[in-house]
Amino acid sequence: MPVGNDNMRKLYHFHGGIHPPSNKTQSTRATIARAPLPAKLVIPLHQHAGETAKPVARVGERVLKGQLIGMPDGIVSSAVHASTSGTITAIDMQLIAHPSGLPNLCATLIPDGEEEWVPRKAIDYRDHSPAGLQHLLRMAGVVGLGGAAFPSDLKLSLDRHKITTLVLNGAECEPYITCDDMLMRERAAEIVQGAEMLRFMLDAEEVLIGIEDNKPEAIASMRAAVAAGGHRRMEVIAVPTVYPGGGAKQLIRVLTGIEVAAGVRSTDKGVQCFNVATAYTVHRAFAHGEPLLSRIVTITGNVLHPRNYEVLIGTPIAELVALGGALPDTDSYIMGGPMMGFPLPSVQVPLVKATNCIIASSKKIFPPPPPVMPCIRCTRCADVCPADLQPQDLFWFAQSREFGRAQAFNLFDCIECGACSYVCPSHIPLVQYYRFAKSEIHAREHDKQLADKARVRHDYREQRIEREKQEKADKLAAREKAAQAARLAGAQPLTAQQQAEQAELETSRAHIRELAQSAVEHADEGTTK
Amino acid sequence: MFFSPLISKSDSVSAIMLKVLLALLPGIVLYVWYFGPAILVSITLASLTALGTEALMLKLRDRPIMPFLKDNSALLTAWLLALSIPPLAPWWMVVVGTAFAIAIAKHLYGGLGNNMFNPAMVGYAVLIISFPAQMTHWIAPHGMVISELTFPQQLDFIFHDVLPNSDTLDALTMATPLDTLKTHLHLDQPMRQILDMPIYGRFAGHGSEMVALGFLLGGLYLLASRIISWHIPAAFLGTLFVLAGIFHLVDPAHYAGPLFHWFAGASMLGAFFILTDPVSSPTTNNGRLIYAAGAGLLTYLIRVFGGFPDGVAFATLLMNICVPLIVLYTQPKVFGKKGSQP
Amino acid sequence: MLSALLVMSAIAAVLGAVLGFAAIKFHTEGNPLVDKIDDVLPQTQCGQCSYPGCKPYATAIAAGEADINRCPPGGEEGIRKLAELLGVEFKPFGEDAVPKAKSLAVIDESTCIGCTLCIQACPVDAIAGAAKQMHTVIASECTGCELCVAPCPVDCISMQVIGEKIANWKWKYPVYAMTATT
Ligand code: SF4
Ligand code: SF4
Ligand code: SF4
Repeated sequence: MPVGNDNMRKLYHFHGGIHPPSNKTQSTRATIARAPLPAKLVIPLHQHAGETAKPVARVGERVLKGQLIGMPDGIVSSAVHASTSGTITAIDMQLIAHPSGLPNLCATLIPDGEEEWVPRKAIDYRDHSPAGLQHLLRMAGVVGLGGAAFPSDLKLSLDRHKITTLVLNGAECEPYITCDDMLMRERAAEIVQGAEMLRFMLDAEEVLIGIEDNKPEAIASMRAAVAAGGHRRMEVIAVPTVYPGGGAKQLIRVLTGIEVAAGVRSTDKGVQCFNVATAYTVHRAFAHGEPLLSRIVTITGNVLHPRNYEVLIGTPIAELVALGGALPDTDSYIMGGPMMGFPLPSVQVPLVKATNCIIASSKKIFPPPPPVMPCIRCTRCADVCPADLQPQDLFWFAQSREFGRAQAFNLFDCIECGACSYVCPSHIPLVQYYRFAKSEIHAREHDKQLADKARVRHDYREQRIEREKQEKADKLAAREKAAQAARLAGAQPLTAQQQAEQAELETSRAHIRELAQSAVEHADEGTTK
Repeated sequence: MFFSPLISKSDSVSAIMLKVLLALLPGIVLYVWYFGPAILVSITLASLTALGTEALMLKLRDRPIMPFLKDNSALLTAWLLALSIPPLAPWWMVVVGTAFAIAIAKHLYGGLGNNMFNPAMVGYAVLIISFPAQMTHWIAPHGMVISELTFPQQLDFIFHDVLPNSDTLDALTMATPLDTLKTHLHLDQPMRQILDMPIYGRFAGHGSEMVALGFLLGGLYLLASRIISWHIPAAFLGTLFVLAGIFHLVDPAHYAGPLFHWFAGASMLGAFFILTDPVSSPTTNNGRLIYAAGAGLLTYLIRVFGGFPDGVAFATLLMNICVPLIVLYTQPKVFGKKGSQP
Repeated sequence: MLSALLVMSAIAAVLGAVLGFAAIKFHTEGNPLVDKIDDVLPQTQCGQCSYPGCKPYATAIAAGEADINRCPPGGEEGIRKLAELLGVEFKPFGEDAVPKAKSLAVIDESTCIGCTLCIQACPVDAIAGAAKQMHTVIASECTGCELCVAPCPVDCISMQVIGEKIANWKWKYPVYAMTATT
């Protein structure tokens, strides 16, 4: 269904969606400010999807701003850098911003206030091959800043598919969050140049920048930047404001009509999608040689001064909260938006690359949910599901742990947007059930893989033992035969080789005796100690 | 523990059910206008029984009582049942029917959200099978019969089975328009002549057609406020219309027209309030179309060729059985797996 | 009469040939039920079921000689799967077979004397090392069967519970107060 707009382009429609109160204006009144340098930074080595980066800095080492402290480890991984110059005082397990509330490996950095940079090397991307640029991005720690923090270099791997369209995601559909909005308003030229670099790497034909039509300032500023930069085949498109219109799949659908199913790569369909903030970071990485050290974060909710700040990665959230001035009745802090965010285990956890927004929460802003009632199968959830799922059925299966059926009903197509829970009149925490079911299924698949591996190894061992037994028996039989033959032929002296074999056997026996002896001694030691 | 999303639309099961109850009001007001206040007695009686049974069952099942009592679903069952049976039915019938609906059809299946059958229709079916005679005590509309009972006299009849000396039951009640039609067609009277009887109004039963109109009005409100989707009423009324239309065109002397079938019996109540019960109806839109069309077909067949006065209740129950299958076969295609892309 | 007989025997011969061919062509190795049961077992190979491994236990179950609740590493979930597979009732663990948290064997490398006894005990060859050299457990291969603990003459192997980490963390089943009671 084409949607009326001032773009000259036909837009498409995706099923469902909701219109929660946006609550964005609070934090867009002031410009982006730079947060002051904190007294301590805690930089997690796992800030991206995939494998934890390998620490490469030593405790006690002085590091420079932008120095690599975490080396990408494995294919899906990304680099981590010192956000400022200072001394690494610890590399250990620290509480991080994760829904589990569990600790993970972090480097603690005490800034020296010098902000002394490692040598930076700006490059002209046109002089490099896409593969080379990809490696640069990996080493610059560039990951998707829209929330999932997937290493960006992997999304640029060119395979056999021709990329027609590069979609730049500036939709930012979650309530409260305005970091992309403000970035587009203030730093449009750099975003657009970053988009140009991404287009170069993907060899994409056109660039479509989708921005929800509740951000007219951002649209205007981005359009001006595209015009001023003389970018061809790059278009800023106002898309209707509907949650989750900023989901990559949904935005791709709205702009191009293409639906990317779960488990399918969008590049297979000729599209790739990046967040506007990621494009900005790509530009910083190439044009300034700067790795990803900071990002724009919205502090809003129950605070005196909601605003966007440019904050160093690793800054304790508490510093940001202090800048916002949390009101006394604040009872917890949410990372992300109210639809998909999660409460932080502590306000001391560090800010990471995926942190787009911190909402100070109070009973007033997010009242505790009303009591949960049984599902009445009203299908309000199905009506709003952007993935065309039947959330009430998925809920039923997840609740009764019928994981096989949940999967058969396309559980893994769920993008966990929460639209279904939002409208459910029975206030069932539906998404929570889906997350539970998904992680159970993953765990089971993992266990199954381990079991299969163990079975193979066990079978192999059994066979080996069988074989060895057989060999031994064969050897014994052969020796017996030889001895018999020898006896028959009258006592012959042993051959030199046989003598050597015998001697070897003797020494190894002696050795085993010795070992057993020392083992007993050790055991004695153990008991007397 | 916090679960995202942290915000939600201010809507609740009880608010939805309340809106459905409100939507019944125009029909009830017209009911009282044409047939007197006896219906209010059975609604009250059914409501009290429903709440009592609900509380008792919740207690037996060890579930929290207040939240479920407040969800208004028991009330809705009570009202629908009361509206489906004759207002002059004896009080114990109302009580038995409602208690059966709540205790057996709802709670033994697992309570709110788990009942396979529409509880009100189960209650109705039990009554019409067990007490067919009493289920014909329909009050004649005002001005239809020679003597009318006053409200206290009606109460006397409902609660003590006592009639004023001079009256017989037959003089006070009458068969429903659907029944009358059936009886007279059996006597080989031509359709035109039957429909000229005073019991008939503009397009169906005198008075009852206006009540049906009231339900239609309430139904439109439910549609407008998105409590129900258009699929079920449209498919049900559509099927009824087409079937009645075809038979009527072929043989107008023996088959009443589509408008008659729309406004007679429980068509409107069924289309907007009974078949649309979310718990016992399909959850997919295509499934809803199939379900309601099936119910329309069965309703027509039962009315025209069957032995029961109306077919909506049995059609609903029969289609309820098919719901899991219908839902299974009408699963919509999920995002990205539709195949209609540029 | 004769021709009818001939046709019948011809048909019989063809069918027999087809059946015989199918039997060879679609011949399944071993007992498919045993494999199916073995598929459900966790392959810890610990012997807690009193059989020398998962496959022998699977064989015993298939032969109807063993109960389905003998495998602690499989957990209740495992029993449930077996019950489903075999179409029998779920049966809880007895008191002698209680599941434990999954753990890994860890060799204290300073104490190990390199006696190779644990290597011989490990059912899945998850311990690396040679005579008189320090041994170590390959964590990714260890099934946590504990079979290596007893043979160690210097008691340097301990079982360490795999705790909850970010990498293996799971979302929990949503628990909430089921509607206030007043
Ligand atoms: S919105 Fe809630 S009550 Fe309605 S069908 Fe979905 S899960 Fe059930
Ligand atoms: S959370 Fe999943 S099921 Fe619910 S609306 Fe979003 S995509 Fe659909
Ligand atoms: S108890 Fe141990 S050996 Fe027996 S089936 Fe279970 S894992 Fe395998």
